[in-house]
Amino acid sequence: MAVVRITAWLEERIDLWPIRHFIQKKVIPVHRHSVWYYFGGMTLFLFAIQVATGILLTLYYRPSGEEAYESVQFIMTDVQFGWLVRSIHSWSANLMVLMMMIHAFSVYLMQAYRKPRELTWVTGMLLFGIVLFFGFSGYLLPWNVLSYFATKVGTEIAGQFPLVGHLLMRLLRGGDEVTGATVSRFYGIHIAILPALTTAILALHLFLVQKQGMSVPPSVERAHRGQPLRAMPFVPNFLLRDLFGWFVTLGLLAALAALFPWELGQKADPFAPAPAGIRPEWYFVFMFQSLKYIPAKIGPFDGEVLGVLGFSLGGLFLLLVPFLDKKSALGEPSPLFRRIGIGIIAYIVIFTVLGYVAPAVP
Amino acid sequence: MVVHEQGEQVDHGRRMVNWLLGSSLGVLFVSIFYPIVKYLIPPKLAEPTTVSVTLPWKLAELKANSGRIFRFKSLPGILVKTSGGDLRAFSAVCTHLQCTVQYREDRQDIWCACHNGVYDLNGKNISGPPPRPLEALKLNVRGDQIIVMKG
Repeated sequence: MAVVRITAWLEERIDLWPIRHFIQKKVIPVHRHSVWYYFGGMTLFLFAIQVATGILLTLYYRPSGEEAYESVQFIMTDVQFGWLVRSIHSWSANLMVLMMMIHAFSVYLMQAYRKPRELTWVTGMLLFGIVLFFGFSGYLLPWNVLSYFATKVGTEIAGQFPLVGHLLMRLLRGGDEVTGATVSRFYGIHIAILPALTTAILALHLFLVQKQGMSVPPSVERAHRGQPLRAMPFVPNFLLRDLFGWFVTLGLLAALAALFPWELGQKADPFAPAPAGIRPEWYFVFMFQSLKYIPAKIGPFDGEVLGVLGFSLGGLFLLLVPFLDKKSALGEPSPLFRRIGIGIIAYIVIFTVLGYVAPAVP
Repeated sequence: MVVHEQGEQVDHGRRMVNWLLGSSLGVLFVSIFYPIVKYLIPPKLAEPTTVSVTLPWKLAELKANSGRIFRFKSLPGILVKTSGGDLRAFSAVCTHLQCTVQYREDRQDIWCACHNGVYDLNGKNISGPPPRPLEALKLNVRGDQIIVMKG
């Protein structure tokens, strides 16, 4: 057989033993929370789709104020299957954020961040931030009305940070205002800087996961005290289940992209008012809705500055949680951090729902 | 004793070499990253010298109880004709997070759709998150022409 001969040919030249050994050794623990193990792989699969469709889009997209909208229109109307490639890129981006959130919060609630996996968690949170920045920077690129105002508000929020805010805002915008220069800059960020960062951090994240194996929730560990856990081999048992999920997702993506092609909207006009009912992408809605409720002034401070600082502190808490949660590190139950995690999830869910059902006009 | 002195000399020499190597590496990195950081900061564009803009509409074209967005230098402005017939002009940039505001004929106020900021017809922030009033612009009517200036 060809495969055997190729493997033998390689084996003569390179020692494949470590790879063989790794594949044979890798197992996935089986318990009642095992289903959560699928979401990291799902995020990775959707990321691969983003890379592939993103590369295809770069072949026609032109990052400038004069041509960005027109080039996306060209992709959508003239390029064969351009509408499909762009729609899959947009839908897959949204599904990827969703899968990443499920992955991150399931890891949190199973306290898989605890010793010795602190670095895995930290690299994961960095990837979380990068993925959100991917979404934010990609949203501007079609240069339509919604993306124009989203970028204006988003970069202005970055400008609220004490001391460095103004410089940060100018760095992001490529000038004082959101213009064609911002499109060029976001394009560079979206297709070069973020992919480079992702590659490095993702490689580290996956390496750590492979090196340390899958974490088992402390509650399951305690229940099995002394007895070994059931496990299934990664290859082929778990991998085949992964593949099945990816196959279903691919079908879902194709259906979504074909039935609901991603809209292009109106071309950005810096001299038109923000349209009524304007709202960011769903994964930023909870922050958007919170900013609506914060009053203009809280004591001597501007409300939005406090809001932005609050969200930053929330992000910092998540980043550092393995170092704050001392009980989990010792394998003891840690109800406080569990409740904080559930509180954060509840906050995000409630404010996201409010963002869609609360009336938009005062 | 002699050995000890030699050891001290070696240590001293090694510290010196380490220091020189370390600081020259530091200088190397600074000289590489300084231009990169400076490159990333966009250049300041020269502010246009004109401070007054003649609007593209005639006075007679404007209905009472209406508002229009115009281009004031590189930023949007808003011209409002109140139901009483008064003309008002403001910067159309919301003081909250910089979205562009609009005039609402039904409520006779100025509204920002992004986060529900509301201003009255003097530009004063009356509800929602905006922390400051809209920046007022000075109006000058010459015959049928409307000229807007920085207030």
